[in-house]
Amino acid sequence: MKHNYQKDISGCGISGFINRDGSRVSGEAIIASIGLMRDRGNGLGAGFAAYGIYPDFKDFYALHIMYDNLMALDRTEDFIKEHLHLEHQENIPHRHVPTIKEHPRVRRYFARPKRDIGEEQAVHGLTEDQDQDDYMVKVVMEINLNIPGAFVFSSGKNMGAFKGVGFPEDIAEFFRVDEYSAYCWTAHNRFPTNTPGWWGGAHPFTILDWSIVHNGEISSYGINKRYLEMFGYHCTLLTDTEVVAYLLDLLIRKHGLSKEVACRALAPAFWEDIERMDEDEKDLNRAIRMVYGSALLNGPFAILFADRRGLVGLNDRVKLRPLLAAIKGDTVYMASEESAIRTICPDLEKVWAPKAGDPVIAELYPHVEI
Amino acid sequence: MSAKAAKKTTNSAYELDATGIYYRDLNELIHKAVNDGQDHIILRNVNGQRYIGGSVTRPVTIDIYGTPGQDLASFMRGPMMTVYGNAQDGVANTMDEGTVVIHGMAGDVVGYGMRGGSVYVGGDVGYRVGIHMKEYMEKVPVIVIGGKAGDFLGEYMAGGLIIVLGMMSEPDDRPLTGNFLGTGMHGGCIYVRGTVPQWKLGKGLAPQPLDENDRNKLTRYVTDFCKQMDLDAKEALNGEFVKIVPYTHRPYGNMYAY
Repeated sequence: MKHNYQKDISGCGISGFINRDGSRVSGEAIIASIGLMRDRGNGLGAGFAAYGIYPDFKDFYALHIMYDNLMALDRTEDFIKEHLHLEHQENIPHRHVPTIKEHPRVRRYFARPKRDIGEEQAVHGLTEDQDQDDYMVKVVMEINLNIPGAFVFSSGKNMGAFKGVGFPEDIAEFFRVDEYSAYCWTAHNRFPTNTPGWWGGAHPFTILDWSIVHNGEISSYGINKRYLEMFGYHCTLLTDTEVVAYLLDLLIRKHGLSKEVACRALAPAFWEDIERMDEDEKDLNRAIRMVYGSALLNGPFAILFADRRGLVGLNDRVKLRPLLAAIKGDTVYMASEESAIRTICPDLEKVWAPKAGDPVIAELYPHVEI
Repeated sequence: MSAKAAKKTTNSAYELDATGIYYRDLNELIHKAVNDGQDHIILRNVNGQRYIGGSVTRPVTIDIYGTPGQDLASFMRGPMMTVYGNAQDGVANTMDEGTVVIHGMAGDVVGYGMRGGSVYVGGDVGYRVGIHMKEYMEKVPVIVIGGKAGDFLGEYMAGGLIIVLGMMSEPDDRPLTGNFLGTGMHGGCIYVRGTVPQWKLGKGLAPQPLDENDRNKLTRYVTDFCKQMDLDAKEALNGEFVKIVPYTHRPYGNMYAY
């Protein structure tokens, strides 16, 4: 691999936007936005998440899987055939890119669990959707944990992540990101600091519909990882950010927290600030810190995460990484730098720097069905 | 990206369309113009290019239209720079002399390690503004903020002056200054138009009333700021100000050494 040693001092770059009316746009805008912040990365990782890209298969989980070798592929496909009903499978379309010398085999599978409503669901009173989601999380964990050389990097419905080692424009070119059309896009430009720059370690990190891109480092990774293991989530991708994807799934989907409260768990108020709150707020914030102490993310971060209904931006509590938000019409933008937003929307109605620890939550309009 | 700038020389000004020009090429063009004796440089369609005006050491005039990138005016000595738009993070990093006027807002760490000159920001600023500012003899850096400031304003401040007016700000419910104001501060002075609760201040700091010397300094810089921003200085000065200074020269003297 050829490295560019004449590097700029930098950090990762993130960008994302959501069309709240659900209108879908091609990947060209997000490629231009993250591309403007090229110098925030160093060519060792980039990726995109896109929502609304598989309308023809929207009832199936879209598994994007990378394989290091054919043995991994064979074992994984056997496993999938055994446990899932497979509607369609194919190579993820990609182009040859001169700067990407080697890449894993990338395939996608549109599938759903074979089994009907299970005993577990009956016992726990889960809906069929919840039961299926739980089952798919287990499938993803099983492949990532137990099949060497196979990594599921996307597993949601009607959405997909595309990522690898390269600059954003290289990865976009490789995965033909411009050919997809989505109502919500996020992107990442990576400058790995203390974890390897490999294909599985590029952002976004995903589980089910959750995707996350992150600038910073999660120094609480060890605590978060062990906490997640108690609930059956296994961190296998060698990068701190992975924990955030699973924490979101646990806190919001499984435990039913709102996005606001989940963000408060990830970036809780300082104890001394809690003391100054009124009684209700005090109780809530104390409870969050006590119950979800192990979900607290320590260290610097600016993150964008998304699910099928919305895009959320969040900073660490002392704002150690940049994050800007902006609005134009039905679109809400968030990025590391204002210029990355201006390059795709010069005449913004409103631009602001969100307060540290306060999430910016942008959702599809309630009536929009996707 | 190549440096195929549409260069134009209109009257005495050197005008440049920065659209799509890579930051290194743009800064080379600026430095070349400065070295060629140009006194007035106008940059249009700037978007995200870093280090603009960086290390320029002549008192030229630089007008920027658009959104300049990180570390605007870093290590700058002398120019009069005006930004018609918002600036990003790291404005006036280690700046030495000159003036930066930003008509919009600015991001985090404005004036990091700033040694001299002035930065005037019309709107809000981000976090850690004025961190590690310092002064020496006649070199006293000044930051005037028309809007509000985030946490850690004046962190580790060793000298210089920060003025927060809290006038032009969005969203409105934001507090005048953030928490941890002046944490580690051991020199310099912060004036805030309004009140700052004690709990927001770093250890060893106390809000104090202004004396006549403070009033004179405040009037001088706020008047200059308002002139640049086209605002009414009387209105800006008409308000209760507090002064925040460290109560001793070495508030942390006993922390590690004894």
